Amino acid sequence: MKPASFDYVRATTLEEAVGVLAADDGVTVIAGGQSLLPMLNLRVTAAETLLDITRLEELKAVRETGEQVFIGALVTHASIEDGIAREAFGGLLQRVASKIAYRAVRNLGTVGGSVVLSDPSADWPACLLALDATAVLASASGQRRVALSEFLVDAYETALEPGEILTGFEISRRNAGGWGVGKVARKSGAFADSLAVAVLGRAGQATRIALSGTASCAQPMARVAALLDEEPGAQAEQLARAIRADITDAHEEATPYQERCHLHTVMSAITEARQSWS
Amino acid sequence: MELTLTINGKTETLSVDARDSLSDVIREKLNLTGTHVGCDHGACGACTVHLDGIPVRSCIVLAVRCEGSEVRTIEGTRGDDAMNVIRRHFHEKHALQCGFCTPGMLMMASDIIRRYGRPDEKQVRSELSGQICRCTGYMGIVAAIVAAADELAGEPAAG
Ligand SMILES: Cc1cc2nc3c(=O)[nH]c(=O)nc-3n(C[C@H](O)[C@H](O)[C@H](O)COP(=O)(O)OP(=O)(O)OC[C@H]3O[C@@H](n4cnc5c(N)ncnc54)[C@H](O)[C@@H]3O)c2cc1C
Ligand code: FES
Ligand code: FES
Repeated sequence: MKPASFDYVRATTLEEAVGVLAADDGVTVIAGGQSLLPMLNLRVTAAETLLDITRLEELKAVRETGEQVFIGALVTHASIEDGIAREAFGGLLQRVASKIAYRAVRNLGTVGGSVVLSDPSADWPACLLALDATAVLASASGQRRVALSEFLVDAYETALEPGEILTGFEISRRNAGGWGVGKVARKSGAFADSLAVAVLGRAGQATRIALSGTASCAQPMARVAALLDEEPGAQAEQLARAIRADITDAHEEATPYQERCHLHTVMSAITEARQSWS
Repeated sequence: MELTLTINGKTETLSVDARDSLSDVIREKLNLTGTHVGCDHGACGACTVHLDGIPVRSCIVLAVRCEGSEVRTIEGTRGDDAMNVIRRHFHEKHALQCGFCTPGMLMMASDIIRRYGRPDEKQVRSELSGQICRCTGYMGIVAAIVAAADELAGEPAAG
């Protein structure tokens, strides 16, 4: 299997990379290539020119300040699995990273590539949506910041404009009161049938829950999140009612199997988050 | 395009297409056919090699990305003491039948042992979930990796 021919250019600085993108709208960015290359090999997508950004050192940075954590777009799943920024969100990022695909894929696959692809079953979009992350985008004309809830538009669709590169994510170190993850996949490492990430609020912060495995991009579970803030002790039946209503919005025409998966993953994420909050 | 990389300790400069994968170059330009290609889209793990010391799936790595990198394939592990211990346990535990998956399994096995030291059976199974074997049913492969790790850690093998 071979992809159709394309040209290849490699950038070594962000300035150079956005320059290449500005000069030619037939250019596609390649990061880890762990989604793009399978798609090119299977010829479900094509490219005129690939712009390799893997040598942009500034996109590999992780910066932790008092209020905020910046995760560079090129940070790999494996380096997060191995402990980069582990303390920042009580181990949530590490937990999510370690369950994505397989180690050899995690060694090259990047957080930024996962979010820009916006695969409906991907792990990072749900995690970063639950953490209320902000995407930082650069182009030849400057920088802009977009909340993840707006950056994720639909399956395989984001607010990234032609000429833009995602440089990373800013995540506020909110007073999270605990987190939980629920995931159903046919085998370990396979894309999830359903994945939920819950981050409970504390000290005036809102609870946030996000779901992957819908027909669209990662979706917020707003009703059940609000219920948990109003009634932290809400019982299973009450939670299930709110979750079902959220699922109806998040996943149109979900099959009964998909509904059961979503109910299960959201409930598990909440249960784990409550247990970790002690 | 011109590509310079170090393959099994030897620096090579080759002429490649932008669309060539690392596995294309390894097999077709360098004639190192020990690296097998099963699916060619990242799903089976047969093509696993080490790129700058870490396992990657060479069918979904662009060769031109590897400019200046160090690549190790199964052929480059002959004189490697740890790999020879792993190989002996693969032999003793009947960890292969047709052998198609074996080069990828071995490249992954050495990385699992490097990261975990002495992984238990559950960890090995979970780490191998992306390496597909059509023949063995995995029992022998898992047992071989656990036993090799024990021996390399200087512990008596568990059986
Ligand atoms: C066998 C297998 C199993 C997998 N299982 C899972 C799984 O269970 N869960 C999961 O979430 N993922 C899974 N993945 C996908 C993996 O996580 C990819 O690493 C990830 O989706 C894409 O990251 P990448 O760096 O490889 O991006 P690439 O493949 O290089 O790029 C993906 C897309 O993003 C664009 N892009 C990348 N980086 C940038 C940037 N900085 N700025 C602008 N555009 C950019 C590219 O143009 C392209 O359109 C799997 C992959 C494989 C091969
Ligand atoms: S041949 Fe590369 S993963 Fe299957
Ligand atoms: S031994 Fe035949 S595929 Fe594994």
